[in-house]
Amino acid sequence: MEFRKAVLDNGLEIVAECNPQGHSAAVGFFVNTGARDETDEVSGVSHFLEHMAFKGTARRTADDVNRQFDEMGAQYNAFTSEENTVFFAAVLPEQQHRAVELLADILRPALRKEDFDTEKQVILEEIQMYEDQPPFGADEKCRAAHFGPHPLGRSVLGTLESVRGLSVEAMRGYLQRRYSPANVVLAAAGRIDFDGLVADAKQCCGPWNRVKDGRTVQPAPRRHVFRAIRKPAATQQYVVQLAAGPAAADPDRYAAKLLATVVGDDTGSRLYWELVDPGLAEQATLGHNEYEGAGQFVTYLSCNPEQAAENLKRVDAIYRRVAAEGITAAELTQAKNKVMSRVVLSGERARGRLFAVGTDWIQRREYRSVGDDLKAVAALTLDDVAAVLRKYPLVPCTTVTIGPLENVNPP
Amino acid sequence: MTEPILSHTLANGLVLVAEPMPWLQSAAFTLLVPVGCAHDPADRCGLSGFTCEMALRGAGPRDSRRLIQDLDNLGVERSDSVSEVHTRFSGATLAANLPQALAIYADVVRRPHLPLGQLESARQVMIQEWRAVEDEPAEKVMVELRRRHFPDPWGRPTQGELKALEAIAVEDVHQHFGRRYGPSGTILGVAGQFSWDRLKAQVEEMFGDWAARDAARIVESPSPRAYAHFPFESNQTQIGIAYASVPYRHPDYFRAWGAVGVLSGGMSARLFTEVRERRGLCYSVYATCQTLRALGAVFCYAGTSTERAQETLDVTLHEVVRLKQGIESHELDRVKARIKSTLVMQQESSSGRSGSIARDWYHLGRARSLEEVFALVDALSAESINAYLAEHPPRDFTVVTLGPRKLKVHDGIS
Repeated sequence: MEFRKAVLDNGLEIVAECNPQGHSAAVGFFVNTGARDETDEVSGVSHFLEHMAFKGTARRTADDVNRQFDEMGAQYNAFTSEENTVFFAAVLPEQQHRAVELLADILRPALRKEDFDTEKQVILEEIQMYEDQPPFGADEKCRAAHFGPHPLGRSVLGTLESVRGLSVEAMRGYLQRRYSPANVVLAAAGRIDFDGLVADAKQCCGPWNRVKDGRTVQPAPRRHVFRAIRKPAATQQYVVQLAAGPAAADPDRYAAKLLATVVGDDTGSRLYWELVDPGLAEQATLGHNEYEGAGQFVTYLSCNPEQAAENLKRVDAIYRRVAAEGITAAELTQAKNKVMSRVVLSGERARGRLFAVGTDWIQRREYRSVGDDLKAVAALTLDDVAAVLRKYPLVPCTTVTIGPLENVNPP
Repeated sequence: MTEPILSHTLANGLVLVAEPMPWLQSAAFTLLVPVGCAHDPADRCGLSGFTCEMALRGAGPRDSRRLIQDLDNLGVERSDSVSEVHTRFSGATLAANLPQALAIYADVVRRPHLPLGQLESARQVMIQEWRAVEDEPAEKVMVELRRRHFPDPWGRPTQGELKALEAIAVEDVHQHFGRRYGPSGTILGVAGQFSWDRLKAQVEEMFGDWAARDAARIVESPSPRAYAHFPFESNQTQIGIAYASVPYRHPDYFRAWGAVGVLSGGMSARLFTEVRERRGLCYSVYATCQTLRALGAVFCYAGTSTERAQETLDVTLHEVVRLKQGIESHELDRVKARIKSTLVMQQESSSGRSGSIARDWYHLGRARSLEEVFALVDALSAESINAYLAEHPPRDFTVVTLGPRKLKVHDGIS
């Protein structure tokens, strides 16, 4: 296992964890752009642009793009988050060159008007699909309520109105600014020919013009809002809660993830024993998400509406108790064992390593091997977890609930 | 190159099938116990799921809490589920922890406490899961499609029926466990890093004295099929289409499966291209092969806004019907490339392989190596698939829609 990196003259960075014994190769372009880099006028443009990348380039039609990915047998896709847009393909090692060339090409899409109009319909369908399925948009609504006017409160999908109103020209301007090579990391993992990777990147991405467009990171507010939204057709009641947590560059993030595992993993955690095991809730979990300059603890709860108010009280009591008493040594060990096993299991797939390597680099300009992560987890102490609890209390928090109930009493 | 697949059948009928993957640090298991929702008594639909939920609430020397704690401490990433014919317990962990994890699951399937004190909690969990499906229109439409397409009991929903879940008593759980959990028909698939000799000895020790049970008898009754609409308050309309195909064990299976691969799989497949890429009708559209031991089917799904639902159904059905005119060899080449990658990448996943070899054993009475599957895929030609499609054109459709408005089904339904 060898880590290698290179930088093109235009600022595009290339990082790879090369495993000569690997069975497959995974490559991906990580673009440092997402919903937080948008304005109201172009809300949803990052995600729409991610779709448009597959609709053809100067040299390829949309059919060519899809057909060529399939011809090389690639497992490929793309996704957009609050701050990143990622395009990736997992292939057999002999297809590395073709995969990199094709991925690089689609990062400079043609944005033809006809394709834009057709794809707009797909995006509108996607928005409606998420409105029809749990948690019925409560996740984005909670982020909006929690972050308020801060850019991390922005919707990734955008609204039906903002997407309908988007023009090709606005998307083209966004593409030129945000897909500047200095905003792009080419990451790879598995059986990678690194010299070939750099040569392909030079050939395909070398001519890309560098444009200066950074991201201003504002301090995130810690708002505490309670909002109940009625959706009479829903069967269950859904709750999303957000509280501040360690940011992507904060060393506390490991302890935060361990704390979330103890308190709210989907099995064997405090939320599990008090809410899920007795059948009081269908799901009750706590997780930790990290962004540039901000982080968040996310609580997710789904249950019978009749039990929603009582369950909110139970969650609140669990969070207050852990703030007052901390976690036990047995809980710490159990969480470590779980997390370390997960790190090893996901590290066995080239694709799993690609996301770890790419995310570590785009968020922190840092390479961490599986061994580094295992060591960091193993070294955590009860004091580390206590420090996180002091700096980032789980309550008070922002709560959005959606479901059949007209009113839900805050705990 | 992969290692040869190993197997060992115990005197009581339990089968151990294992694939060494010595390059991995992990090991995974899939334990298939021959009890599924098709075995649920008609007025206790959901009993197999309920029994599975109860079996995990304490077994052998461990109470409910200890069982979960020990599995967590062993780092076992796990899941359990119920299909038509199996209750499936699976997990993956660091190779050194496999023997202890297996010992816990041997307790779960042989010595569960099934305690009365946990009955109401288990019932609430089952009811919550049932209610969750009610809120997932894309899942709900496929549940109804399965129920209407397959003859009963093969089309039953694994999550059961609300009334039955409310009525299940602890005696039902004990009786179901006593009648159905047994060694004959139980298959344990293991893949990853392990010592075969030690594994075989451990399995003999854990399961060798498990007394055999009588096999289940299943009585089929015909399915309604045709078209059914379920009113549902939503933005989108969900569309499910099913037609008969061959099961996994059938000699024609790979030809049928290759044809479905042309219809759905990569983004250049026909359904994605015609329904989503050319017309922008939906975000999600797919077709998959569904296989029981003796029955096969193809299920298609599309979800779209209500005003475009009729066009989506028409275009989707048109593409399915058009299959009988044949596929092109370049389409098949892409299916083959995708499958080849998928098979190679399975070598990075102990849990994927443990599931595959256990399923193979159920359907075929043996497990296929990755090389063997690859050879079967490689041998496919457009001519052989087209000959199959000419003899077995997709027809007699079962159609289910879920949404604000009923649609018209123009192409032939059963």
